[in-house]
Amino acid sequence: MSADNQIQASDVYSLAHHHRFQWEEAQNSYVILFPEGMVKLHGGAGEILKRLDGKKSVGEIVAELKAAFPDAENIEKDIMGMFELAVSKAWLRKV
Amino acid sequence: MTQASLGESVVQKTIAQNNGVAASATQTQPLWLLAEVTYRCPLHCAFCYNPTDYDKHTQNELTTEQWIQALRDARKLGAIQLGISGGEPLLRDDIEEIVAEAHKLGYYSNLITSGVGLTEKRIQAFKDGGLDHIQLSMHDITEEINNFITNTKTFELKKKVAAMIKGHGYPMVLNVVIHRYNIGHMKEILEMADALGAEYIELANTQYYGWSLVNRSQLMPTKEQVDEAERITNEFRERSGSKMKIFFVVPDYFSDRPKKCMNGWGEVFMIVTANGDVLPCHSARVLPNMQFPNVKDADLGWSWKDSPAFNKYRGDSWMKEPCRSCSEKENDLGGCRCQSFLLTGDAEVADPVCSKSPHHHLISQAIEDAKNPVIAAQPIVFRNDKNSKKIIAGELQARVDEFHALP
Repeated sequence: MSADNQIQASDVYSLAHHHRFQWEEAQNSYVILFPEGMVKLHGGAGEILKRLDGKKSVGEIVAELKAAFPDAENIEKDIMGMFELAVSKAWLRKV
Repeated sequence: MTQASLGESVVQKTIAQNNGVAASATQTQPLWLLAEVTYRCPLHCAFCYNPTDYDKHTQNELTTEQWIQALRDARKLGAIQLGISGGEPLLRDDIEEIVAEAHKLGYYSNLITSGVGLTEKRIQAFKDGGLDHIQLSMHDITEEINNFITNTKTFELKKKVAAMIKGHGYPMVLNVVIHRYNIGHMKEILEMADALGAEYIELANTQYYGWSLVNRSQLMPTKEQVDEAERITNEFRERSGSKMKIFFVVPDYFSDRPKKCMNGWGEVFMIVTANGDVLPCHSARVLPNMQFPNVKDADLGWSWKDSPAFNKYRGDSWMKEPCRSCSEKENDLGGCRCQSFLLTGDAEVADPVCSKSPHHHLISQAIEDAKNPVIAAQPIVFRNDKNSKKIIAGELQARVDEFHALP
């Protein structure tokens, strides 16, 4: 990943245009919907995505999740990994 | 969720395969619902996959209320991606109501259209109703080929509709069916899509079902043309800085292995046809000795979970050799049951596309026939009511004789 694609703690993201994030009862999970596709999210990814509001920075989301899940180890690395994946898949856009 | 689960690698658990649809053989769910709301169509495309006898199903379409009930029932079963297709869905005047209901139910909905019948008033109503996107079919960069292959004068209209879709803030999702007449224009088609601001373009090499099977020798490109088209597409993808996502659907006739048709029979796709038949794939009605449920008289949950038709080819216990003992059987589940039956007369044999199939020569022969100038010079049978009536009456028998069911 090139330097300008690196996720910074100060970055603010929101869901990409034409993407929808919602809870699916039948799947018992969060999903992202977009033209011709759907991604079923693991619980952790859902927790991150549901905090995206186009205002909070990546750093603020990391802090919130650390507070919400104090026992989870290496949480920051996982969260950054999820952001990188979501950006590379174009599910998110930088605000 | 448990606290520990967030600590696991979220990347590994993200499921995205096969256009983003995840499947599991033991826990099937009709995630994708395709509503083929009408078989009426103002276009007469030579490659249409609709049944050639569609004329039987133009007078008995489901009502608005029946469609809305089907949407509700499918949603309860887990359906989430909704395609509203046809025929041309815009020939019905209740698409606005259907779209609004789909949105209320939480579907991500897609109108699949030729663009004919889309007006400012209607697209505004779709936007207000919550339609998520519109997939527009385009045919070529030239007016001549667009109008020839669709047997209509629709070239200028499609360009206007594309602008209208963009103007209403919809993502531009284009679908271009690829065949002999436009495969040489791949670069220009991609440039056109880019110029229109397309976010997605599907280059769908013709699959041979319905009308396209009848016109197979007239539509099929050569292997060399397909390879060149794929090369140009890959080159464009690498070179282009655009955000356009390009899907190149590989034509199965030129592969060594069949496609995993519909991602598995009764796994994730459910189709409700204009007259209410519930099918696991578009062309399932060609199969013999099968009784497909209909929403007019069968519960949709029963249809999906318990009906004999939906269970017939789930899993792999129905397989014969060489599929049964094949190490690759999970990859493609033996291919397409309809293609096997149409070409061999036995729905349970390996899809003849597979090079391990004892019927593979039928595919090689079809490829040869398409190169034969005498056969290829037969006129195209365009998809229209007159030709559908003729096919039903047996008047075009010579064109369908080699197939084991009416395509």
